[in-house]
Amino acid sequence: MFERLWGYEHPLAGHMRRLEQELDELFGGNASLTGTRDIRSLPTGTFPALNVASTGDAIVVYLFAPGADPKQLDISIHQNLLSISGQREIAVDEEATYYRRERFSGPFRRAVSLPEDADAERVEAKYLNGILTIRIARRQSAKPRQIEVR
Amino acid sequence: MVTQQNVTQQDGAGAAAAQAAQRGDAAQSAQRSESALRPPVDIFETAEGITLIADMPGVSREHLNLQVEGNTLILEGTLQFDMVENMEALYADVRSTLYRCSFVLSPELETSRIEAILKDGVLAVRIPKKAEARPRRIEVRA
Repeated sequence: MFERLWGYEHPLAGHMRRLEQELDELFGGNASLTGTRDIRSLPTGTFPALNVASTGDAIVVYLFAPGADPKQLDISIHQNLLSISGQREIAVDEEATYYRRERFSGPFRRAVSLPEDADAERVEAKYLNGILTIRIARRQSAKPRQIEVR
Repeated sequence: MVTQQNVTQQDGAGAAAAQAAQRGDAAQSAQRSESALRPPVDIFETAEGITLIADMPGVSREHLNLQVEGNTLILEGTLQFDMVENMEALYADVRSTLYRCSFVLSPELETSRIEAILKDGVLAVRIPKKAEARPRRIEVRA
């Protein structure tokens, strides 16, 4: 008689499966909820979002910082730690009624530890459509250095 | 005093997919089920209208699709980044290349005069209100 119960699909079951998938996507990949995270990682949803990719000859870091002033971005590499800091101030219209204020406002900072062979002398950075792309060639070096955003 | 919220959001890709399915748009529905990112938005209202500002980094003008369907404002965009071949992801906060969100507009908003500006991955959409209490003359025919 239980078969009939097992066979019964609750109307919410589909939604639950979907939610489960969404959660997997949120917490999966980089680390599970109980998994190990990078010591400098920030909570999911932190501004600005960050992706890091590796190719044979370079490490490419993408910082999703829409509306940031590229001239005010401070990028530095010290002891293989890439730090990016900046600021995004969102003006508030005092006359207006706000329904949603989800966009980040204020100073931000993110740090990425680079592989041993990242070459701090050969770094290129550019800002396009709100994405800061930093390309660090692979080799050996650990000198601190400032990188100018073109 | 605002008693009725003028813009209501239909959250999530589920609603979006359902909408697309309703329109019988199979291809788009399939694309949307690939969990689209919901961009963070600021929405505020002044006497002149409603402004919506969305963070959509990586979206250029060519890859932005802003449209009004019936009374629904739909924002869609595709994220483009400088990809190199043989790239291996080491870490990724952003795991989708599709942004999508939609809002139901209220009748006093002038959907034909919506203006949008996209700069550095920030989209600003201005939706003006209709000229309010516009006197209407009703002609009585014999």
